[in-house]
Amino acid sequence: MSTSPAQPTDKAGLRRLASYAMLIVYLLFLILPIYWLVNMSFKPNVEILNQLTLIPQNPTLGNYANILTDPTWYMGYVHSLTYVILNTVISVTVALPAAYAFSRYSFIGDKHLFFWLLTNRMAPPAVFVLPFFQLYSSIGLFDTHLAVALAHCLFNVPLAVWILEGFMRGVPKEIDETAYIDGYSWFRFFTRIFMPLISSGIGVAAFFCFMFSWVDLLISRTLTSTEVKTIGVAMTRTSSATGLDYGTLAAAGVLTIIPGALVIWFVRNYIAKGFALGRV
Amino acid sequence: MDKPQNNRAWFMVLPVLLLVAFSAIIPLMTVVNYAFNDTFGNNAFFWVGVEWFKETLESDRMWGALQRQLIFSFTILAIEVPLGIAVALAMPKKGVWASVCLVLFALPLLIPWNVVGTIWQVFARIDIGLLGYSLGLIGIDFNLGQNASAAWVSVIMMDVWHWTSLVVLLAYAGLQSIPDAYYQAAKIDQASRWAVFRYVELPKLKGVLLIAVLLRFMDSFMIYTEPFVVTGGGPGSATTFLSIDLVKMALGQFDLGPAAAFSIMYFLVILLVSWAFYTIMVNLDREEERSE
Repeated sequence: MSTSPAQPTDKAGLRRLASYAMLIVYLLFLILPIYWLVNMSFKPNVEILNQLTLIPQNPTLGNYANILTDPTWYMGYVHSLTYVILNTVISVTVALPAAYAFSRYSFIGDKHLFFWLLTNRMAPPAVFVLPFFQLYSSIGLFDTHLAVALAHCLFNVPLAVWILEGFMRGVPKEIDETAYIDGYSWFRFFTRIFMPLISSGIGVAAFFCFMFSWVDLLISRTLTSTEVKTIGVAMTRTSSATGLDYGTLAAAGVLTIIPGALVIWFVRNYIAKGFALGRV
Repeated sequence: MDKPQNNRAWFMVLPVLLLVAFSAIIPLMTVVNYAFNDTFGNNAFFWVGVEWFKETLESDRMWGALQRQLIFSFTILAIEVPLGIAVALAMPKKGVWASVCLVLFALPLLIPWNVVGTIWQVFARIDIGLLGYSLGLIGIDFNLGQNASAAWVSVIMMDVWHWTSLVVLLAYAGLQSIPDAYYQAAKIDQASRWAVFRYVELPKLKGVLLIAVLLRFMDSFMIYTEPFVVTGGGPGSATTFLSIDLVKMALGQFDLGPAAAFSIMYFLVILLVSWAFYTIMVNLDREEERSE
């Protein structure tokens, strides 16, 4: 800072102004495309195609009504939610004891195993598309919710293990030892004492498993065909095949954003931690 | 770290091991099998050795996709990292506004990837999209179906829109962990804003920024859904990145051998970067322990 007393405040003020300007521009950049989608979802198709209006001139809920009355649309959400929830439950359940083992004990090959898990989180799904298709066809799981749920374990189980391990290492070891001295069995200690202690970690892990399973299109599209039509598949088909029903497409998009938008407030302080695999 | 040696801990890891083995190792073995064999169907395989690798390495198609992929990944890194740091520095440090910023920034991160594609496809269209239409008004032809540079600009803008917030959130988390005493010391020394950033904030941000760079590199390196929805890899093959090309090869044309060879080389790159990520993580943990 400069030596004269007046200048620093001027400079600081200017700097704050620049900061706010930058924040506002960035926020506008983030919001505009979403606003456009929401805007479109309330317009009839005639208005979308014929004039460019910043707010709907004839606001309509027709697009949402389309989705809620057409089974191929609303069942898309049901199918997607089914495999997403199934995957979240499986991932977190198997990851809990494993993360505990990694955070508390050292055992033969632990570091290699931990690294190997990471490589699965980083693996490109495109590599797995064809083998998954063949594997799940050969065991008769193709086109079921379970197939997609198991396939998503590829990246969600490692993610859950890493996140949970990050939270568990923050819990002092003395707690485990005291519980054992008090005569708790491992299972009782783990479910009654330890899990409540890391409940926020479990919530964050579940949230991220949910999210990464929810946002995937490639694997769910490959492993399903007629029985299980996911919402992502329904959306890509409308956009490419007919290319006409933009209103409904926009409404469907808005509805997929809602689950994330609902819980985002509760996990706001953990988003960075979750994306960084529990390491921040 | 002083963790007790206990090999029975393996039993706790076993379910994870079995599950991930089922969803990772078995499929990968199939890929390896295809990479070294040729087949005429009916499960009759012929050993062809490294033939597929040679073919893939000699084809312009793979190099083209790799080149586009690298240009894409480095471009988005060059934009997202500085922009992310700048936004994180401009954010309020605490209070309600900090929370509001966090929530709004995180919104794009939680949108399904195909919807991200849809959002940008309708946003960038010249007839019904705000962006494409506005650019058209000032005389720029932004037809991303035919114009390769328009397609590139949309795909890059989309990724910046989608993922810059991740860098922001990580950098913000890093900034939060700097004790106030550091800033006070800098103030006493009458350090300039730039000096504070260069000598106080940046060293403390080093760890989270490395994580951010690696995560962004990995995730952009395997990007599929978003460009697929926006441009379909086109016009021509202008925005066909590695994953898009691979899926085209494997599911579209059923060229199993080349696709498998391609997959294995793709995977090796991923292994290398993951290893870098892991090493950095371990070092960071160690540093943290030392400072505690």
